[in-house]
Amino acid sequence: MQVELRDIRKTYGPVKANAGISLRIPAASIQGILGENGAGKSTLMKILSGFILPDSGEIFLDGQAVSIRSPADSIRNGIGMLHQDPLDFPPMKLIDDFILGHPGALGLGKAAAAREFRALAEQFDFALEPEAWVDSLTVGERQQLEILRLLWLGARVLILDEPTTGISLPQKEKLFATLKRLAAEGMSILFVSHKLEDVEFLCDRAAVLRQGSLVGEARPPFDTRTLVEMMFGKEVPLAERRTTVRESGILQVRDVSLEGLRIQMRNVSFEVRAGEVIGLAGMEGSGQSTFLGACAGLSRPVEGSFCIEEQDMTGRSHHDYKKEGVAYLPAARLEEGLVPGLSLTEHFVLAEEKKGVFIDRRKARRLAQERIELYNIKGRPESTVESLSGGNQQRMLLALLRSPLSLILVEHPTRGLDIESTIYIWSKLKARCAEGTGIVFISADLDEILQYSDRVIVFFAGKVSPPLPASSLNVDRLGALIGGKLWEELESEVAHA
Amino acid sequence: MSGDIILIGLAGVLSSAAPIIFGVVGETISERAGVINLSMNGMILLTAMGGFAVSLATGSLILGFLAGAAIGALVALIVAFASITIKASQVAVGFVLALLCRDLSYFLGNPIMGEAGPRLPSASIPMLKDLPVIGALFFRQDLMTWLSFILILAAWFFIFRTRPGLVLRGIGEKPAAAYVRGANVNRLRYLYTVLGGAIAGLAGPIFSLSVKAGWKGTISGLDGIGWIVLAITIFGGWNPFKAAFGAYLFAFLQWLGLVLQPALPGLPSQVLQVAPFPLMILSLLLVNIGNAEWVELSLAHLPPRARRSISRLLRAMNATPPAALGTPFAKD
Amino acid sequence: MRDSRPNRTLLQIGAIALALLFTTFVLLAAKAPPLAAYLNLGLGALGSWEVISNVLVSWVPLLLVTSGLLLTFTVGLWNIGIEGQITVGAIFSTWAFRLLLGSGMAPGLVILAAFLAGMLGGALWAMLAGALKTFGGVNEIFGGLGLNFVATALNLWLIFGPWKRPGVASMSGTVPFDPSLWLPTLNPQSRLSPIAVGIAVAAILVVYGMLRGTYFGLRLKAVGKNPRAAFLLGIPTWQYMMASFALCGLFAGLAGAVQVASVYHRLIPSISSGYGYMGLMVAMLVNYKAAIAAPVALFFAALNVGSIQLPIVLQLDSSLAGVLQGTLVLVVLLAQGARTRMLKKEGL
Repeated sequence: MQVELRDIRKTYGPVKANAGISLRIPAASIQGILGENGAGKSTLMKILSGFILPDSGEIFLDGQAVSIRSPADSIRNGIGMLHQDPLDFPPMKLIDDFILGHPGALGLGKAAAAREFRALAEQFDFALEPEAWVDSLTVGERQQLEILRLLWLGARVLILDEPTTGISLPQKEKLFATLKRLAAEGMSILFVSHKLEDVEFLCDRAAVLRQGSLVGEARPPFDTRTLVEMMFGKEVPLAERRTTVRESGILQVRDVSLEGLRIQMRNVSFEVRAGEVIGLAGMEGSGQSTFLGACAGLSRPVEGSFCIEEQDMTGRSHHDYKKEGVAYLPAARLEEGLVPGLSLTEHFVLAEEKKGVFIDRRKARRLAQERIELYNIKGRPESTVESLSGGNQQRMLLALLRSPLSLILVEHPTRGLDIESTIYIWSKLKARCAEGTGIVFISADLDEILQYSDRVIVFFAGKVSPPLPASSLNVDRLGALIGGKLWEELESEVAHA
Repeated sequence: MSGDIILIGLAGVLSSAAPIIFGVVGETISERAGVINLSMNGMILLTAMGGFAVSLATGSLILGFLAGAAIGALVALIVAFASITIKASQVAVGFVLALLCRDLSYFLGNPIMGEAGPRLPSASIPMLKDLPVIGALFFRQDLMTWLSFILILAAWFFIFRTRPGLVLRGIGEKPAAAYVRGANVNRLRYLYTVLGGAIAGLAGPIFSLSVKAGWKGTISGLDGIGWIVLAITIFGGWNPFKAAFGAYLFAFLQWLGLVLQPALPGLPSQVLQVAPFPLMILSLLLVNIGNAEWVELSLAHLPPRARRSISRLLRAMNATPPAALGTPFAKD
Repeated sequence: MRDSRPNRTLLQIGAIALALLFTTFVLLAAKAPPLAAYLNLGLGALGSWEVISNVLVSWVPLLLVTSGLLLTFTVGLWNIGIEGQITVGAIFSTWAFRLLLGSGMAPGLVILAAFLAGMLGGALWAMLAGALKTFGGVNEIFGGLGLNFVATALNLWLIFGPWKRPGVASMSGTVPFDPSLWLPTLNPQSRLSPIAVGIAVAAILVVYGMLRGTYFGLRLKAVGKNPRAAFLLGIPTWQYMMASFALCGLFAGLAGAVQVASVYHRLIPSISSGYGYMGLMVAMLVNYKAAIAAPVALFFAALNVGSIQLPIVLQLDSSLAGVLQGTLVLVVLLAQGARTRMLKKEGL
């Protein structure tokens, strides 16, 4: 089915998420939609799928103007969307999730649905069992379930929002094969991504969005440099790598075994040295978050020990770790890191050492003022944290850190931030390293891992690699390891060393 | 104590649990959709008074029950409006309504206090009523007790075996996911909250027209039932069968308290009447303790086999609420 | 629209008007003359020095529990168990009185001991609900409610059992204490004790100061608004929750002790008199801010005392006060919610 978007506009307050976008996607093709975070890709796709209403603009399917005012409308018109975080029901069985939303009689018609489910799954070679529970699936399998469900609903246009984040390499290959096949059968596929290689490999055409506008279209063979220039408007200067590693150790992890909700890790040992940056790479849910939390005393190891500067901290609480100079910055800034409703000043008061009973308001305000300038935060001492932008919230988290620190543990330090903020955040983190602080961070962005780490630890389904020098890795090798490949090679290397 | 007395007592347990079952099933439906209706305690009093007043004035039992359902639906509508449209705190609004409805029932019910009114007759079924044991237990009950049995089955079937029931579970679990599948989340939440209120609204008239016939103001002995209903909803893990079990257990304990009363002279009757409450706390403790952090932390120190069997036990008792319970749904 | 004073005031006036309108309908539905009812309500609360002093007598426990509840609300907890905490406070202070009755200790010291015992009792009962919440995962609303019923049963058992009046146990409570152990009042006819009023005023001032200018108050706020972030910022979260429960129970227990020592001079079955639930309403009505809690609590106390005459004069149930209070809180909650929604929509 041919899809045409005409002059789609959507503003959020002062932000123009979509500033008049027109795009035509022919039938039986895969259309890549490229753009960095905040370029307006997701807004456009949510408008097409009826999740949000545009301020103005029209949508045509096979030349017919259609009115899409809700997801129900878009389903009726044969449009199905696969959201980045699969919108399924973890506590249900696959078959219930599959049926939910499918029109039909009062009864569930489970037997018939299960037959259809099996037939579809077989057709695409997905190993899914209708009686299994959704929360036992990997992200990649949840995507497969969603694709089956949308096909069963009769989708002829398929939108995929960042589908390759968090899935394994074999799952990605299977996904791509499925998409090519569906396109060959006449479906139009919109593939939203910020990953150039995926788009270059898969798509018949690519459209690039920047700041809410369509800035260009391209067809294969794609020229990477041109695409990057369109996406960012300029060539991105990457900061020069420099290392600040010292000899002394900060954190010793010895034979640690952890049990997460679904992940078990065995016998992890390594050391973080002063001034060192260690990146933890892996698909979401491979154990790295559990591990980082354990390094901060947020969960306890089943076996093994954690030492901070030679002091045994095993089994101690997070607040004891904090006293030893360990800081933990969570990924969900507003949900876990900051307190919505409290002002910047109040945050600084909370983060500082408690002195006496009463708060010295004037002093607190002065402190806030200083830090705001020092960290270049766009906000006033009396602003509430939720009024700050994402980048400024992350700066705020850094500004709240005490000094000196021996270890900083960060989850996704730059997720959702623009390039400028990313560079700023890392300059501040690196400045801490120069003072001798060790940093361990999680990122889903391989470039970020390779760019800023001295050593990298890879997580895959509970397997934990030894720290690998970043210089020995490149995107391809790291990507393969994250996807579960090359591990035997790695293990034999370790055995030889 | 002879067998007959026990049998009559147990039959009484089944009928005195009927109003609680209506309340619990109504609340379960509402909470499955994601809305907590905390007004239950006042709402039961108000529907008891209202149902009795209407029956008294019209002489019609049916109108009395309908009045109860209508009042329950109306109170639920306020809760729905506050939580869905205005996104105010469900707990705060529900709690105020619980107090307001209680005072309203005492104030408006003042003139009819103590009056003799109509009472639901028992609907004995010929032949079957004479069966040994079963006859006394089931076939001499009144119509609403019968309906309470049907309600448990129907509610369970609706929630777990029908397509709309599947959507109902969906909107309480992950409204965004239900929304992208075409469900009008907020409209459905209104619908189910009001429906749940109407079902729970029958609880009051069942008390005032049958189980504890009449309206006696503050000494009606109904103040507190609504809170029990809310606790049993949690205890029942949002499943009508388990909830019904909780309701029968509660009614049984109350009956036991009455039976034991003569054996313990000097103990005011109110003391034994509260026996179910500590048990309620205990049962909530059992279904919730698996969620507590310290349990998880101290389990980490146990040997693996003990750890696994204890956590399996805790998980079996655990009741997981609908994930989006109490949270409003907004698209953006 | 901005968060400016005139808007707030308008909202409050509108809420009172709506609440009055609804209550008028209720009165008409009960075939009662609305004007006469309101007039009686007003006269019952302000008509004589005697009733005015009764309003103040009722203001004291209400303000005490409201002060305590502001702390639990700040930390994000619904302390519905407050009724039970008042009751247990009263039981503990009665216990202290009974223990020290014949000890020859100076009356002032006995009363002081009874107050301290009441505070201890309330705090312990509150910490029980707090422990169920923090260690057992039992929602504080249900834990608290259950404990309320248990406290009532305990109270009745004591009155009808171990502490019963010689001869017959009765709903009128235990044997009154010797008048030398009564908290001193303005004059012999009045139950109004300046000391009790002083305690209540001090309580709200302490809470106001605590929430406004201390580390403790700020940390309570942080825990209430985002417990996870507060924990990561270094605040011992559950300890602060327990502390707020304990403090709230302490105020509630003090209210119970005041009822025993200066109002009833004995333990009676309904010693908490619903002040706990009323305090929850006052706290909601002032939007959990201490600054205007005192006048609002006074208003609620006036409504309560004013309604006492209704059954005698107009054959109306005194729960009219509760109807008016409940409607008022409901309307304000809805209006506040609607206002927040509108502000959000305008992107402010």
